[in-house]
Amino acid sequence: MHVPDGFIDAPVSLGTGVIAAAGIAVCLRGAHRELDDRTAPLAGLTAAFVFAAQMLNFPVAVGTSGHLLGGALAAILVGPYTGVLCVSVVLLVQALLFADGGLTALGVNITVMGLVTVLAGYGLFRLLIRVLPRTRAAVSAASFVAALVSVPTAALAFTGVYALGGTTDVPLGTVAGAMIGVHLLIGLGEAIITMVTVSSVLAVRPDLVYAARGRVRELELKNTPVRPSAAGV
Amino acid sequence: MSGATTSLGRLFLPGATVVHRLPPQCKLVATVAFVLAVVSTPREQVWAFGLYAMLLAAVAATARVPAGVIARRMAIELPFVTFALLMPFVAHGERVTVAGVGLSVSGLWGAWNILVKGTLGVVASILLAATTEARTLLLGVERLRLPSLLTQIATFMLRYTDVIVDELRRMKVARAARGFEARDIRQVGVLARSLAALFLRSYERGERVHLAMVSRGYDGRMPVLHGDARASGAQWATAAALPAAAALVAATAWMVQWTHL
Repeated sequence: MHVPDGFIDAPVSLGTGVIAAAGIAVCLRGAHRELDDRTAPLAGLTAAFVFAAQMLNFPVAVGTSGHLLGGALAAILVGPYTGVLCVSVVLLVQALLFADGGLTALGVNITVMGLVTVLAGYGLFRLLIRVLPRTRAAVSAASFVAALVSVPTAALAFTGVYALGGTTDVPLGTVAGAMIGVHLLIGLGEAIITMVTVSSVLAVRPDLVYAARGRVRELELKNTPVRPSAAGV
Repeated sequence: MSGATTSLGRLFLPGATVVHRLPPQCKLVATVAFVLAVVSTPREQVWAFGLYAMLLAAVAATARVPAGVIARRMAIELPFVTFALLMPFVAHGERVTVAGVGLSVSGLWGAWNILVKGTLGVVASILLAATTEARTLLLGVERLRLPSLLTQIATFMLRYTDVIVDELRRMKVARAARGFEARDIRQVGVLARSLAALFLRSYERGERVHLAMVSRGYDGRMPVLHGDARASGAQWATAAALPAAAALVAATAWMVQWTHL
């Protein structure tokens, strides 16, 4: 759900724009430190992946369907800095080309869906993984919880922005209740998808799950030496 | 971009009108300034929004963007229309009765506010995307001094979205060929595993793209092929017509608003 123009008033839109710009600046530096000259192609392809993944609709309840936000997933797979960049670029392209999310609300959208989901999701993931045992199941469980919490946290952040600069006087309690209630459901879908995706990637290329580096055993090549057998067999 | 298959390729409507020929950075600034003027207009001045709509209609006519195209792409804002329609029922404050149903006055104003400002913003963005090629639009973003790394990422994303979406479609065909149908939440595991495969394919493709670029002399910067295409003063002036008119409307609306208080 992308915030359109006119939903949040102009001063708060500009303010969140400044927050978003600062966040992206930090992430650009961080991603460049991690990926060096591989940043552009790898983050670009991951952004394309997030964009495509958002097209995958899954049925939530009767008649309604939800789609992935992908903030927590991207952060766990490619790291928090690159994750923020990927989600932000997706939001930028959606606003510029598809009119999905207002241009003046871009700051709100990037702050809520990029910065907050990644910070909440990735932060929680790192915290959990530190206390959980070093197994694949633990990493999967941590990604489940991280994604589950990241979505309602974003909803909460949106409610905060709305409290500051909302243009309607729907009581705050109603907004908070509705937003968080709906997003708990969406978060559940997000959590299941994130968990299965992360655990499947872990099974095949554990080195590609950024957040779990050093937490799971690397895959190793096992070859049984062939015993020189008796001739004629 | 061989975007015949996805929606990306069909966003741009080729043309040679004044609007098409303006440099992308001018159009970007003009669009954002226009939407800012719309957003900051007091919602009680209903006439102002009529004028904004007429301004956009004039741009659409100049750029020869058919009304049908705009109407079809406006479907993107449907979720918010639903939200806005709920508002008169849940907002507080003074209530009026319309056809036996009690509605909140401020909720009605709120719904109107979101609908009209959101719609104007959506139409402005649609016009921008319809008259500017995706690649050029990103070039405009870069010329507005956004970090080049960010626009590089966006360019890569645009360039490969079609490829990735096609992979997703092939996976969908493969699932369907094996009798898979996403009926309810229990099938989510299958979709998620497809997503994992898609991530691996995307990331590994990124690694190959990077190696291919390095082997062609890439050092972290993209070669500048378009030169430093600065917009002339006349072009900026042409592009400024829309936001200037909008700013005039907004200023008048505020003046009327203040004198009536």
